[in-house]
Amino acid sequence: MNSSSINLAFKIAQNENRPALLTYTVAGDNNKKKSLEILKSISKYADICELGFPHNTPIADGGQIQTSAYRAIKNGIKINDVFSIVSQFKKLKKSKPIILMGYYNLIYQYNENKFLNKCKKSKVDGLIVVDLPFPENKKFASKCKRKNISFIQLISPTTSKSRLKQIIKSSHEMIYYISMLSTTGGKLKVSPRKILREYSKIKKQNKSKNVVIGFGITEKNINSLKKADGLVVGSAICKEITNSIKKRQNAVTNVINVVKRLKKKIT
Amino acid sequence: MKLKKNIPLIDQHDKYGFWGGKFGGSYIPETLKKPVEDLTKTFEKLRKDKKFIKKRDFYFKNYIGSPTSFIKLENLSNHLGGAQIWAKVVSEANGGAHKIYNATVHALICKAMGKKYIVGDTGAGYAGKMLSMAAKKFGLKCKIFMGAKDIKRQKPNCDAMKKNGAEIVPVYSGSQTLVDAVSECMRYWVSNCDNTHMCVGSTVGPNIFVKICGWSTAQISRELKAQLKKEFKKIPKKIKLINCVGGGSSAYGFWSEFIDFNKKQIELIGVEAGGPKKSKLHAAPLSKNAKIGILHGAASYVCQNNEGQIHETESISAGLDYPGVSPIHCFLKDTKRARYTFATDEEALNAYKLIKKYEKLNPSLEPSHAFAEVIKIAPGLSKDTICIVNSCGDAKKDRDILKKRLGKY
Ligand SMILES: Cc1ncc(COP(=O)(O)O)c(C=O)c1O
Repeated sequence: MNSSSINLAFKIAQNENRPALLTYTVAGDNNKKKSLEILKSISKYADICELGFPHNTPIADGGQIQTSAYRAIKNGIKINDVFSIVSQFKKLKKSKPIILMGYYNLIYQYNENKFLNKCKKSKVDGLIVVDLPFPENKKFASKCKRKNISFIQLISPTTSKSRLKQIIKSSHEMIYYISMLSTTGGKLKVSPRKILREYSKIKKQNKSKNVVIGFGITEKNINSLKKADGLVVGSAICKEITNSIKKRQNAVTNVINVVKRLKKKIT
Repeated sequence: MKLKKNIPLIDQHDKYGFWGGKFGGSYIPETLKKPVEDLTKTFEKLRKDKKFIKKRDFYFKNYIGSPTSFIKLENLSNHLGGAQIWAKVVSEANGGAHKIYNATVHALICKAMGKKYIVGDTGAGYAGKMLSMAAKKFGLKCKIFMGAKDIKRQKPNCDAMKKNGAEIVPVYSGSQTLVDAVSECMRYWVSNCDNTHMCVGSTVGPNIFVKICGWSTAQISRELKAQLKKEFKKIPKKIKLINCVGGGSSAYGFWSEFIDFNKKQIELIGVEAGGPKKSKLHAAPLSKNAKIGILHGAASYVCQNNEGQIHETESISAGLDYPGVSPIHCFLKDTKRARYTFATDEEALNAYKLIKKYEKLNPSLEPSHAFAEVIKIAPGLSKDTICIVNSCGDAKKDRDILKKRLGKY
């Protein structure tokens, strides 16, 4: 194991006998300034922050994240703004890992190499590219590796056994297990026990990989998945932002409260 | 980048699914890898299976009604002077458009895979109508995703879908047109791929969907080839095959048998939607030189901004109103085998009027774009040039738009 900040974050959680808490918010939701504020404040409780770079044709996202993404784009977020949010955040929270997450077309238009250089410069720790699966992602993943950026692959309930092995073998320090057949934000339609059983199959292949579970996790069910190395909550947070805006309440405080409660449930 | 001879264009991709090394592919979330792989295996097996081919041909003949007729538009030709204008009246196919070929094949595949549910996207409503027909015919439960704007402007097709027992799921996100319908349909498939089959309504989407659709519509050019030989004794020396291009399924189907011919003998002309004359928006990624991007799981020329956000499009024709285009058309463009141009809303409407005036033909707004091009070029061509337009849809569905824009239907 190397001492990347992603690995360290998992280590810290492990020492505290709890899963790492990963949050997902969309960069620029609902505007650049606010999203940095939200990021800063939730990072007190989150171990790793995933930050989405929004796309207007997201084929794997449910309603909540779509809404956040459309809102951010409407308010003028550009890729360079995403990088500047990360830079500013990292100046304050050097050791808090940031994982950028999004769709390949935005990277493709920006240019892969330029994108990765920018990631490096703004101190991005990891990348998730939703629509760049194995084996098509091999070249990009190795480019990430060369830059010391962790490329995080996804595994789903539909992933076959042989594929699972190959993905784990080619993975970096973190793997993302998708809890069920769903877009983001769906209702958890599989029992936590079954999810953890699938999760164990991944862990069994290679214990040194940090495996997180995501999709459908809320305050209601997070406790039952505590055994995982890490748990990702996204839509529940995006939804809170949407509701806060609707109710003309302070999104920052409301979101902190959600994340605080999530953390408490797994501690 | 080069085209190969004697290999169907749909099969001229590399192991990752790219045509010409850069168009197509399968940019899909991990969850869809397995269902796409299963579908790929099933399709490759079925297309080699003589029993399956027999079944396909049976339904093409007895259910769809092949062959559709090939007719000379005598009055229009005389009026314009110059080239002879012919039409392949694909709108005679059951349901009124070429979308029935793809829908029928997908329903057969769905059955073969033992799935009971089928979902699909639609813009003009033809892909949805045909899928609902095929689903009904083969006993499948059907859901159609359609942009809210399209539901309003293509009501007759929506009525047909409902009559066939399909559920129409209105899509309110984005521009509320085909692009959003395809996204939503894919999202639905991500969540339900264990028991549901997805049909993509054109030669777009992840590699396998391009192939299945192209394989299905190719029937059109097989018929045309035989009809040409019958009509002219042999394939004439100067032919132009003119087809509208949305996703590109009817154009590919119209051209597939003729791609190996020299382009001096058989020119392939694709006509995209130029949008309203006064608008900056359009749906013409090929002819207006859009950049390559990834949309709905494949790389193609895509109307998008510098950042990679997909642009809104605008066209009077719901079926052509799509920011991307088939990777195989990108390949045909870059290899210069086909030529792509566009017609504006106004040009398509004028073409429709002229066709109605001179012929007993009622082309929908999509093929009216192709007719607009033939009207432009025919007068300057020699008498022995055979211009053939694929009249791939019937205008009944455009009743409301035509009434509004032309004052009558
Ligand atoms: C009649 C008709 N023509 C053309 C199209 C455009 O699609 P494609 O380019 O795949 O043929 C449609 C799509 O809905 C259509 O209904």
